[in-house]
Amino acid sequence: MEKNKKIRNADFLQGNIACAEGAIMAGCNFFAGYPITPASEIAHHLSKRMFEVGGTFIQTEDEIAAIANVLGASWGGAKAMTATSGPGISLMLENIGLGVVTETPCVIVNVQRGSPSTGSPSIHMQGDMLQSKFGSQGDYQIIALAPSSSQEMFDLTIEAFNLSEQFRTPVFILSDSLIGHMRERVELPNKEELALFERRRLKSYQGINQKIFLDEKVALMPVFGNGLKANVTGSTHKEDGFRNVSDPKILDNEIKVLSNKILKHKKEIIRIEEVNLEDADVAIFSYGLSSRAVLKSIEVARKERIKVGSFRPITIWPFPDEEIKKLSNRVKTIIVCENNLGQLLPFVKAAACENCQVIFLPPKTLGTLYHTMEIIEKIKEVV
Amino acid sequence: MVNPVTHNLKKYFRGEINYTTCPGCGNGIVAQAILWAIDDSGIDFDNYAFVSGIGCSGWIPSPAFNTDVLHVTHGRAIAFATGLKLAAPNMKIIVTAGDGDTSAIGGNHFIHACRRNIDLTMICVNNQIYGMTGGQIAPTTPYLSKTTTTPYGSVERPFDLSKIAIAAGATFVARWTTFQARQLRKTIAKAILHPGFSFVEIISQCPVQYGKVLKKRNDAVAMLMDYKERSINLKKARELQKSELKDKIIVGEFVEERNVPELTQEINRLREEALQKCQR
Repeated sequence: MEKNKKIRNADFLQGNIACAEGAIMAGCNFFAGYPITPASEIAHHLSKRMFEVGGTFIQTEDEIAAIANVLGASWGGAKAMTATSGPGISLMLENIGLGVVTETPCVIVNVQRGSPSTGSPSIHMQGDMLQSKFGSQGDYQIIALAPSSSQEMFDLTIEAFNLSEQFRTPVFILSDSLIGHMRERVELPNKEELALFERRRLKSYQGINQKIFLDEKVALMPVFGNGLKANVTGSTHKEDGFRNVSDPKILDNEIKVLSNKILKHKKEIIRIEEVNLEDADVAIFSYGLSSRAVLKSIEVARKERIKVGSFRPITIWPFPDEEIKKLSNRVKTIIVCENNLGQLLPFVKAAACENCQVIFLPPKTLGTLYHTMEIIEKIKEVV
Repeated sequence: MVNPVTHNLKKYFRGEINYTTCPGCGNGIVAQAILWAIDDSGIDFDNYAFVSGIGCSGWIPSPAFNTDVLHVTHGRAIAFATGLKLAAPNMKIIVTAGDGDTSAIGGNHFIHACRRNIDLTMICVNNQIYGMTGGQIAPTTPYLSKTTTTPYGSVERPFDLSKIAIAAGATFVARWTTFQARQLRKTIAKAILHPGFSFVEIISQCPVQYGKVLKKRNDAVAMLMDYKERSINLKKARELQKSELKDKIIVGEFVEERNVPELTQEINRLREEALQKCQR
């Protein structure tokens, strides 16, 4: 954070509330959701705030309906969001795939909780990192951001809306129950100063074969109700929306273009935070709340003149593999800290293994915060 | 010299009319009834949007109808349509779905749309079977029917979809068979203008898959004649005993309730109230 930045307005906000306020600031005017711990506060807050800003709040019959409502509303011109936790995401995944192939902008907040199935609703874990990328059937790309504080719950929710509008695609916020529930100071910007990406809409009907899908540079969206005769389907389709489920070339084109739409814009999308890496021999890869313990550990280790730094992906998907490859040329070891059994570990290894060693350090007990000593001991062991 | 005649409904189609349905399918009758009703409504076609799910009935509007069409996942058409209607309340939104879409995989969304009384028009094409996937039993298939997944005959009792809609609070509920094409057109026209959730169930022939179950395979005419025989108007049915109604299809407009709060209007009210509170 820039130290000299003039504080306009600051508040002491719970992560989930910061997320909800970030959504409002981004112009979100539609929220659909189903009650679930630890995400419910977002719905509580927006059930009041949405109407105040002239938007819509609906509590749906289940999470399947929540994401369906969100996608439907997005086609109706709304900036739409839903928020849930892992079990809700499991229910949403089929429709999230539809959101990807129909190129429907929306934001999906996952306030992660521990373990498969019902799990432990109020224990925090980073257990759904792969679910967000690989959960729905078929090959696709997704954008996912991992906040590590209340401030980032606010800021990244705005960024998620911007990315979803810019690339016409669903965007995930991968939070967890601790970030969602902890209260921190959040600086709130003036709306006038925010750079909000406005949806690039198709202005007029271009004829039956109008190109409304499958452009690596992102096709203009034919929002419903404007006489644009949008032909939208989850079936394999061509640029004009007409389905073709018999020609593999159409399938090949759809999958590759949708994928390239994200991958060819990785430089624009990916954000990472590097701390103390200039002279580091050891880098610690961590994200979300885990990175808070990592940063503290690095601070302590630096006092003992250990050359260690932090590499924190803010963007989880698309995965910052090129940035990690560059890092692997500069350091001898990368320690991967994540609160799970090593979900992003294989991706770090794949990017770094040619140049440096990669070591995994989960917290001693899954679902608990890293103790700084755990991390410092590992750093010393490696050095 | 022959004067080319253009069908009155051709203007509603996206390019050439190219349906992929089987010969004798009821979808054509349903599509015509919907489009005639829209023609009667006098509302510009651009103000309509169609949302459909997976199954044969999903192909009635998609991609054929030349307006905004959203073709979504199996069972979820109502849920997508709900979001669309809330975001674009001025649009006339019509959902087409089959009996499996409506009452099996999408049963939850169906009853909740009835309860919410959101202004959608739901056209449910009930062919009493899973057609596209190969003639499996549906929640609407009669007891003891032999289908591809009930080779010994089904042991489950079927749903009466209109009764479910009524019980769940839909404010407009009607049922016809594809034999009553003219009544159907009038009813759909009413349903479109009804300010609330309207449910129109259409018993429709699937000569290929359900015809096989009835031993009337590929004989659409026989199935339609059967509908004619078995249909009984609601008013007449009221005078008959339960035993006399066995195997009958009760048709007509069951419910038409106005003055029930409609969801988009309710949400508008909440917005106005919230704004007033803010200004105070």
